[in-house]
Amino acid sequence: MANHIVSAFSEELDRLSADVLRMGGISESMIADAARAVVSGDVDLAEETAARDDEVDEIEEDVERRIVRLLALRQPMASDLRSVIAALKVSSELERVGDLSKNIAKRVNHLTISSDVASALKGIERMGEGVVAQLHSVLDAYGQGDEKLALQVWFGDEDIDQHYNSLFREVLTYMMQDPRMIGAGAHLMFIVKNLERIGDHCTNIAEIVHYQITGRYLSSSARPKAPLLEG
Amino acid sequence: MTSMTEAPAAIAQTDPEAAKVRCENIDVFYDDKQAIFDISMDIPARAVTAFIGPSGCGKSTFLRCINRMNDTIESARVEGRIVIDGENVNSEHVDPVLLRSQVGMVFQKPNPFPKSIFDNIAYGPRIHGLAQSKEELDEIVETSLTRAGLWEEVKDRLPSPGTGLSGGQQQRLCIARAIAVSPEVILMDEPCSALDPIATAKIEELIDELRERYCIVIITHSMQQAARVSQKTAFFHLGKLIEFGETETVFTNPSDDRTQDYITGRFG
Repeated sequence: MANHIVSAFSEELDRLSADVLRMGGISESMIADAARAVVSGDVDLAEETAARDDEVDEIEEDVERRIVRLLALRQPMASDLRSVIAALKVSSELERVGDLSKNIAKRVNHLTISSDVASALKGIERMGEGVVAQLHSVLDAYGQGDEKLALQVWFGDEDIDQHYNSLFREVLTYMMQDPRMIGAGAHLMFIVKNLERIGDHCTNIAEIVHYQITGRYLSSSARPKAPLLEG
Repeated sequence: MTSMTEAPAAIAQTDPEAAKVRCENIDVFYDDKQAIFDISMDIPARAVTAFIGPSGCGKSTFLRCINRMNDTIESARVEGRIVIDGENVNSEHVDPVLLRSQVGMVFQKPNPFPKSIFDNIAYGPRIHGLAQSKEELDEIVETSLTRAGLWEEVKDRLPSPGTGLSGGQQQRLCIARAIAVSPEVILMDEPCSALDPIATAKIEELIDELRERYCIVIITHSMQQAARVSQKTAFFHLGKLIEFGETETVFTNPSDDRTQDYITGRFG
């Protein structure tokens, strides 16, 4: 697309999406590292991961401030309006992803890892990889304006939900078999629930990206979903 | 005549979306140079339609076809049909003066007559014989000024000259003057471009009220204004109608790249 007559406007839009992608990159590595810290019991990695959330929050605040200013000064229209709104909404989704990853990381300290939960940890590792892949793809879709990829992510959340359901059952079984496992089990429950919520944020981002590209809304009710188990 | 205070039943019953002005294959030439190329569009009866497009795109030329203002330009030639209430305005037996009382116009610069506020409004009804008595004329003046949102501001100084009002008041006086002859269509060619933001807001508020009774077409260079006041938007470029649709769609998700480029400030 041709550049704006006011070139500063084009530059501001470009910088916005670059910052959103930077936020996305940090959030993505936070999920991966938090899951890794849980699986390996690495407390240092967990602390370092939780600390990175501040940076995500700072970028989000900065993006929001700049968008308010841009709306007031430039009154964007049509595709510009959609991309500004997308940047605003995607950044707030990513801020939540950062919070949830931080929450996962902070639980590492409270997990007393015994060999009994090894298979659950294996499951968390795989679920973490699945969620990271979803976020990675949806950020690619955002960066490249790839509508098909956004839709792929949107449909892909069903796998994450199924993963969640099977881990939920597994952890519940440990807790019933051995009451000493209840403390660690509760933390594991929250961890898998947080991963599942991150998956939902990825589908929200996919919807926003789809709107940015096409100007049409995706209806959440049209998405195939696995019914979620709740404790 | 129908009393000014109540809307004629026929207007109240028509579908606001129904076409009031049907333009069919309009071409306009200035001597040999073609300014408008084969434009067809239906302008809805009780709604605001905005014409947008870069300078020189033909939107004013096209607007002026609707009440045959192009007749006053020697070199201009209009082809095609413009049908209002089943009648082609370009046919020979249509009197352009009567047509212009049905299709009122408001211009960029307020142009009150160098007469009193009262006479500015009373002039049209007088020459068209719309009032039988002094009382009836007074009533038309009051109703027109009230509808234009000016009555409270000027009711105590009706004999003073219209040119003594502020710019925004003068523009509302011109709108009241257009309303006074009971038009069905009101054409506005950049009615706010010479006004400050407060006067502009008052005109926009007025336009929003008037659309319940009139078919309004407005040309504006302010995208925000077009988005705020209109229900339909038409984008013109190089004498052609590029896109015509719901205002919300045109400004959030236009279907043509040229519309997109224009409203986002990528060419002009």
